[in-house]
Amino acid sequence: MRENYELTVIDSTELPLKALEMKRNNARLVQICATSIEGGYELSYSFAMDYEFINYRIVLDADVKIVSISDLFPSAAFYENEMKELFGVKIESIGLDYDNKFYRIEVEAPFKK
Amino acid sequence: MGKVSKSPWIMHYDGSSCNGCDIEVLACLTPVYDVERFGVINTGNPKHADILLITGGINTQNKAVVEQIYSQMPNPKVVVAVGICACNGGVFKECYNILGGADKVIPVDVYVPGCAARPESIIDGVVKGVEILQRKQDEAAKAGM
Amino acid sequence: MGKRSIVPFGPQHPVLPEPIHLDLVLEDEKVIEAIPSIGFIHRGLEKLIEKRDFNDYMYVIERICGICSFMHGMGYCEALERIFDVEIPDRSKYLRTIWCEMSRTHSHLLWLGLLADAFGFEALFYQCWRMREKILDMFEASTGGRVIFSVNKVGGVLKDMDKQMLESFVKEFDAMEEELKKLCDVFLTDITVISRLKNVGVLSKEDAITYGAVGPMMRASGIAIDTRKLGYAAYNDIDFKIITSNNCDSYARCEVRIGELFQSFDIIRKAVKQIPDGDIATTVKGNPNGEAFVRLEQPRGEAIFYIKANGTKYLDRARVRTPTFTNLAPLTKILQGCDYADVPILVLTIDPCVSCTER
Repeated sequence: MRENYELTVIDSTELPLKALEMKRNNARLVQICATSIEGGYELSYSFAMDYEFINYRIVLDADVKIVSISDLFPSAAFYENEMKELFGVKIESIGLDYDNKFYRIEVEAPFKK
Repeated sequence: MGKVSKSPWIMHYDGSSCNGCDIEVLACLTPVYDVERFGVINTGNPKHADILLITGGINTQNKAVVEQIYSQMPNPKVVVAVGICACNGGVFKECYNILGGADKVIPVDVYVPGCAARPESIIDGVVKGVEILQRKQDEAAKAGM
Repeated sequence: MGKRSIVPFGPQHPVLPEPIHLDLVLEDEKVIEAIPSIGFIHRGLEKLIEKRDFNDYMYVIERICGICSFMHGMGYCEALERIFDVEIPDRSKYLRTIWCEMSRTHSHLLWLGLLADAFGFEALFYQCWRMREKILDMFEASTGGRVIFSVNKVGGVLKDMDKQMLESFVKEFDAMEEELKKLCDVFLTDITVISRLKNVGVLSKEDAITYGAVGPMMRASGIAIDTRKLGYAAYNDIDFKIITSNNCDSYARCEVRIGELFQSFDIIRKAVKQIPDGDIATTVKGNPNGEAFVRLEQPRGEAIFYIKANGTKYLDRARVRTPTFTNLAPLTKILQGCDYADVPILVLTIDPCVSCTER
């Protein structure tokens, strides 16, 4: 049996609102994942309420800044640091910002296309 | 001075391995394989250790850690690289953050092959390492050190 | 207020089994804050996807971690099977389930041993690892490997287990269960063990959700979520009850994992009874195109596989969100306010797998 899940495409400006909505519904943050595409990124924010699996997709240009959701979900900080360092996604106001020293690699944003 | 090969103390450091070799190293020290029957004791302190078992390749961040552990060990000392990643980087050789095997930063005396290295071959490697350790000590004694 | 100081902890430390680094902000002997820093095992293997085709990458993804290597391979295959939209034969689903549960038993025994070692109970550590060797022997008999198995492939599994082998495994597990009951009694009733675990590292139910705990860590805080209930592999046909505890402390995490050990034995028994005859794999032709998320329950908790394919034999992205990565935030929470001497045990109670975390 395969799990069904939703994947909704949203605008990057909608993210804080959606995160707040998830927080109010007592959802937990499951993961945040970045994928490099030509000239930008595809970010997937996954939440779960009980067994329900909810995904939001943001398509972003490489130079667009995005706001952190770590004030609502503390664990988001780790995912955001990872995206910032490995992909070069521009994320603002992360709760615990390692400032590109999360994995401390020598290559700059190796996953960036 | 007594023979150090009667009871060598080993220390294990996990470079950037996948844990596979690490749990096999630990399996060697526990019942069934039990290298303690050769007088080997596992220690966590580099200043107590004679043999360093290193698993996994070297990456940009653990390079300094490995160098430091090695420099803290008293002479004579032996390094055993366990598993193909510690020998030359193995399956991760082409990853951007891997510099290569343990011999990129410290001298390695024994190479143990395998992915993951089998406990039998790790024991074999340790026994070889003990021989080298004894030889190094004898040479040092002859040189009057 | 006492004097504050920062103590670096790790990556190489006599009590730490794995290289993780914590900066501990202490006020006298109390930990005020803990800041983890990782990267000692970061290899960047997700980037290798550009150099290996999707079938070869299977062998790389298995090496994310040597403890749950079977489940990493399986999650990757399940995600690709979803993209290909193929249904694998029932027998291979059962075989995957059996190997999954065997991985869970060996992982939990490993953890129990390390926990015993962390509070200085060496005899108990050796007993756990002695039993674990029997499971590794079974793995070797059925797959040919002790830690890395390489038995998954897109479309099924590569090796079959015959009836005789399966029955001998069940017999082995039955014998082990008796022995294990005595051993687990020590963990659950011994006064020295209890004094180290009870009321240490409390993670409330609300915090477990806020900080995103998964797996036994979450279930020990009274939340009954187990991704096996989603019914991947053969879990849909096997009845089992989610094990939880409401104590929320380190003892509860130990209790949940011990419960899961016996539950795994039970699932294996049921799976062996129900396993159908038939093929162990279907042929999958062509290259994948599309994307998929797959969730599954590893010994350390829920893992997520995300794959994006573009119709060629090289994938665009293969990401694994491993359970330890998301358990880092709850770890920083439970370390707040604990005694300095309890730090190693608390780090262990999340069952850290650093090579999973950093990939």
